[in-house]
Amino acid sequence: MNNDCLAELSGVSKRFGSVVALDGIDLQVRPGELLAVLGPNGAGKSTAISLLLGLQQPDKGTARLFGQSPLMIEARRSIGVMMQEVALAPELRVREQLELVASYYPDSLSPDAAMDTTHTTSLGKRPYGKLSNGQKRQVQFAMAVVGRPKLLFLDEPTVGLDLPSREMMWAMLRELVRGGSSIVLTTHYLEEAEALADRVVVLAKGRTIATGTVNELRALVGRKRITCATSLAVELVAAWPGVQTVTRDRGRLQITASDAEIVVKKLVAADADFHELEVHTAGLAEAFTELTQEVAS
Amino acid sequence: MSAATFAVENNLSRSTTMSSGKLRHAYLTETKFECLRALRAPAFAIPFLLLPIVLYVLFGVFLAGSMSHGDATIAKIMFVNWSVFGIMGPGMFGFGMFVAMEREQGLLTLKRALPAPPAAYLLSKMIMAMLFAAIVMATLVGAAAVLGHPGLTVGQYLGVAVLDMLGSLPFCAVGLFIGTRASAKSAPAFANLAYLPFMHLGGLFYPLPRSVQPLEFISPAFYLDKLALRLVGAPSLDQLAIGATGPSSHGTVILSVIVLAVVTLLFTGLSIRRLARVG
Repeated sequence: MNNDCLAELSGVSKRFGSVVALDGIDLQVRPGELLAVLGPNGAGKSTAISLLLGLQQPDKGTARLFGQSPLMIEARRSIGVMMQEVALAPELRVREQLELVASYYPDSLSPDAAMDTTHTTSLGKRPYGKLSNGQKRQVQFAMAVVGRPKLLFLDEPTVGLDLPSREMMWAMLRELVRGGSSIVLTTHYLEEAEALADRVVVLAKGRTIATGTVNELRALVGRKRITCATSLAVELVAAWPGVQTVTRDRGRLQITASDAEIVVKKLVAADADFHELEVHTAGLAEAFTELTQEVAS
Repeated sequence: MSAATFAVENNLSRSTTMSSGKLRHAYLTETKFECLRALRAPAFAIPFLLLPIVLYVLFGVFLAGSMSHGDATIAKIMFVNWSVFGIMGPGMFGFGMFVAMEREQGLLTLKRALPAPPAAYLLSKMIMAMLFAAIVMATLVGAAAVLGHPGLTVGQYLGVAVLDMLGSLPFCAVGLFIGTRASAKSAPAFANLAYLPFMHLGGLFYPLPRSVQPLEFISPAFYLDKLALRLVGAPSLDQLAIGATGPSSHGTVILSVIVLAVVTLLFTGLSIRRLARVG
């Protein structure tokens, strides 16, 4: 066990019948970081989180939470959890749901303080079953923070939220990390990971295929995207060195290439009239697609 | 939002132990909200709180009363038998339906991930079923005293009420067993598959034909009924049909207590094992 880690999977494998969910993965959550766990469906994200929460046991390797087995209730008193698929008692009011979860922790926020910090005070008296899906996610987030946890596990926290609510949630997550909390986030929204994560772990087929900061992951995929308005033929540009793909969209060429400078020089030489030039570094979404496709192929 | 509110101490040695007072508070809070939600769920609360009193008054007081011309023994048997009927439902369906639903919908998984005290989930549901049993008994005692006139002392009323509250536990255990195995959709059907035979084989409503009587032994309601009838000094309907006028022998009491305890422990144990393995 690395003493700097809040949660750790070491050499963990897990099978469900003939399906290998995790195949010897290592994962560490460090203090004060927001770690995004990404991967296509069936990559093993949920299994990895379940092992860290003590909901399942590894076949091989160890799962540790604050240096203890996740089955120890003392370890779980330092975590908050927001799950993707959960139906809370519809008859209980929001404030009551928070009071119940707060009672599990030795040093929790009051339900009112939790509602205040998560902007859910107006929902306090409403029965949970009468809330919209977005409001339910906000209440589940309030339940995750009410115990003042050092480590939060958030599974797709912004699914079902409208844009302002999502931005508010992002601001709260940043605030939590600034306040000293650590967060493990699983998300399908790559822009969410890009905007929030200090570190990203990409899983595919039960293995860790990449880990690092968002910039490090982008750099792994050394592609550039170039768009410009030009009359040059697609076939001509596609034959240039380093060009990977070329498409034409409403008079503009979209080119992906390993070396943008060479392509731009060639453009200047071949078509002096080209205009509206834009050059982009690959985003996390492109890096993710390329990384996971490599594993799939 | 203030950063101060969200701030956690980075010192990882922050205490994670709960004082006994805090732990007691956690158990009490879980129980309070389990009872509240059951009382607020009309599909659960209305049938299980209203049916026993309505059926007792209709069949136990008016129908049986007029057919027996106000016989005191029949009045006692009716009060006891409808009481047993009344406490069976909340235990079997409260556990069967709620546990199956909460398993399927992820609430149980969330509670296992959160630091909920380990026994709070089951304990709160048991107390909820006992609270429902207490409410049912209060309504039945009231109706009996005003309309049924079984001629019981306050001690006997109290004795039957307490016995039936405790007697709801084996039904909770059977309901829990169903809830840990059935899906949310099938749980009410499976609970009924146990509830209806338990009720009819318990000999609560009519004397069972001799050929069916050996099957009485599979119903926990039969044993609880025997115990409660002994408290009020009345025979069962089966015994009444063959001319008995007093309660069953002491041997039956010990056997009944053992059977009810074994049913409770066996099904609770099997269910806890299942919950720990599968969730």
